[in-house]
Amino acid sequence: MSSRIPIVPENIKPLPLLKENEGMLSWVASVDHKQIGIMYLLASMVFFVIGGIEALVIRIQLAQPEFGFISPEVYNQMFTMHGTTMIFFVVMPFLIGVGVYLVPLMIGARDMAFPRLNALSFWLVIFGGILLYYSFFTQSGASEVGWFAYAPLSEKPFSLNKGPTYWVLGLLAVGISSVASGLNNIVTILTMRIKGMTIRRLPLFVWMILVTSFLLVFVIPVIASAFSMMLLDRLLGATFFTPAHGGSAILWQHFFWGFGHPEVYILILPAFGIISEVIPVFSRKPIFGYEFVAGSTVAIGLLSVGVWAHHMFAVGLGNVANLYFSLASMLIAIPTGVKVLNWVATMWGGKIYFATPMLFAVAFIIEFVMGGLTGVAIASAPIDWVVTDSYFIVAHFHYVLYGGSLFAIFAGVYYWFPKFTGRMMSETLGKWHFWLTIVGFNMTFFIQHFLGVMGMPRRTYTYQDFPYWGSMNLVSTIGALILALSILVFIWNIFVSLRSGKEAGNNPWHAWTLEWATSSPPAVHNFDLVPPVRGRRPLWDLEHPDTPDEPNAKVV
Amino acid sequence: MANNKMLVGFFVASESIFFVMLILAYVNFHNSVTDGPTAFNSLDPVRTGIFSLFLLASSFSMWLAGRSLATKNHLMLKIWILVTIVLGAIFIYGQASEWFGLIDQNITISRNVFGTTFFTLTGFHGFHVIVGLIMLSILLGLALFGDFKGPKSDGVECVSIYWHFVDGVWIVVYSVIYLWAFL
Ligand code: HEM
Ligand SMILES: [Cu+2]
Repeated sequence: MSSRIPIVPENIKPLPLLKENEGMLSWVASVDHKQIGIMYLLASMVFFVIGGIEALVIRIQLAQPEFGFISPEVYNQMFTMHGTTMIFFVVMPFLIGVGVYLVPLMIGARDMAFPRLNALSFWLVIFGGILLYYSFFTQSGASEVGWFAYAPLSEKPFSLNKGPTYWVLGLLAVGISSVASGLNNIVTILTMRIKGMTIRRLPLFVWMILVTSFLLVFVIPVIASAFSMMLLDRLLGATFFTPAHGGSAILWQHFFWGFGHPEVYILILPAFGIISEVIPVFSRKPIFGYEFVAGSTVAIGLLSVGVWAHHMFAVGLGNVANLYFSLASMLIAIPTGVKVLNWVATMWGGKIYFATPMLFAVAFIIEFVMGGLTGVAIASAPIDWVVTDSYFIVAHFHYVLYGGSLFAIFAGVYYWFPKFTGRMMSETLGKWHFWLTIVGFNMTFFIQHFLGVMGMPRRTYTYQDFPYWGSMNLVSTIGALILALSILVFIWNIFVSLRSGKEAGNNPWHAWTLEWATSSPPAVHNFDLVPPVRGRRPLWDLEHPDTPDEPNAKVV
Repeated sequence: MANNKMLVGFFVASESIFFVMLILAYVNFHNSVTDGPTAFNSLDPVRTGIFSLFLLASSFSMWLAGRSLATKNHLMLKIWILVTIVLGAIFIYGQASEWFGLIDQNITISRNVFGTTFFTLTGFHGFHVIVGLIMLSILLGLALFGDFKGPKSDGVECVSIYWHFVDGVWIVVYSVIYLWAFL
């Protein structure tokens, strides 16, 4: 395959002192984007296990009414740390990490624009994680105020422990890291593309990373600012968010959700990118409506900064504000729906090949649409008033975050693992993982819609023995245990496949983007030769010189 | 390479959002102090205004430094960077003495929301000025070692973008805190 790649001039660009093999030291000192990408993925796996254990503790405590598996304080620490970990230390580092690994390969570059900054971003995540988890060892333990840290609960005198302080410091570190990655991605994508790789030919995954990076650069400072204020409140006695001293607790909610809603798109857009790569390859068709996928992403990015107060309908902001935020939020469903249509249309009439990546991608569409539908429902203020702060909301965001972001992450791991490691993942274990996930996930979270409508509040330590509540919660807990099993299968699959997986070769899926044009795993310098880019699917054009995607494209 | 300047450009854009939030917090509480210190009864717009002129002038001298580099006038490059540092330092001196004056009257960050928002906003700005001064000093050191041959240098231009940004932020901050209270 690689021997048929025509010779193009090498785009030589020396990297900062990067030796072929630095041995074990490379795990600390490397600035190679691939190594750092893998480190991101490993770190997010570790945090995923930690966050998962926290989730299991929560579910066990809720398995039956009036249960006393843990104390209320520990329960509050568990849901705070679970949410924080999953969002900031699992989904974000995974998506950023896989971006760091793939973006330079996909655009035909040797590395990120700023390899050292890239390493700094990674290590800041680790630093932030240590700060966050150190809080467990302080007096009275970790933060107990939820991942949204509403004031004044998160302020003195209501939280005198050090938990929230470490929480803020940890997240500030992650925030700086995210801005740095965003900046690095933007400059890389805008300036390091190989000849022929125009903006309109960028792989959609790169498009999504680009839009996400703009969100990171312009939205993370919102929360960094608010975090700084909270820190000043807690450490120096400032009064930003303490109503008792003239501050405003609602201001915190505005600031937090001003970041928080765009953040959910930071968590989902790269996932859209993964799905947009996987679906065409396993349907053997180019993506349907490339421009619409890219354009609707830009629309989502822009709209997402104007809808934050749909998290605040219960505050009582007035009818005008509620109406605006309801309508604006519903508007986002349009560009999101456009994407779903594109994916379905891509599969339509394609030769679909249901390998594990495709299974997760298809399941992603179904589960994500489910979460999107409940999203549109609660975007309507009157409906939200009924179910806000109930388990219905928990169900909504787990459908978009687990059924969405995480399913896409699994699809991405199965899809790119051969590239990362040179070996295929086991399809048998992959199918086990998939079906256990489907059963466990829907069993855990579907029933929570009903619990929510029946009035079960979220963030509740325990509940009374109302009719059916106990059994429904038990179903949810059993589902969570099945999910835990599915994760074990997944991790087992990674270990087994690393040691004895089938040799992958350069391009096991017959995919079309540039990362598949090099060896698996790629050499330190990524490419010996980069095939000419004359369309959106360079490797297709290479194999089918008679029917290229863009027959009239100029040869570079 | 346009890479470095592009990086700093986007970084500065990101930073402006950070300051916008601090300013929003200030604006949000502008009218909510009913007793105790406010901008109107505890600040001196003229004195701070004069110190602000030094910061504005430093933007000009930084621009001149860039011009000198473009014409390969290495002596003037060093002099203008030095002038920029001195002007910036005078501004910081002004801010420090203003802060100490306020603290002497027991106007602190924890006194009321005016104190909170005032010290936070001006503090973060001052912190950015100090970071700028450190970078300028490094530039000066490198210039003394003859690092910048001209006519272009990403180092000089990036620091200069940052410095103009810090200046621009101050114009907004001064307007919001001082002019708004007294005009
Ligand atoms: C069609 C698009 C969507 C709409 C209209 C929507 C709407 C909403 C609304 C109104 C809430 C607040 C409910 C309440 O607290 O009472 C909410 C909560 C939430 N949504 Fe969505 N959503 C959408 C998509 C997403 C996506 C794509 C994600 C993440 C990938 C997401 C993650 C979340 C999270 C994490 C919460 C809970 C935050 C918390 O209170 O802790 N949503 N959504
Ligand atoms: Cu939202």
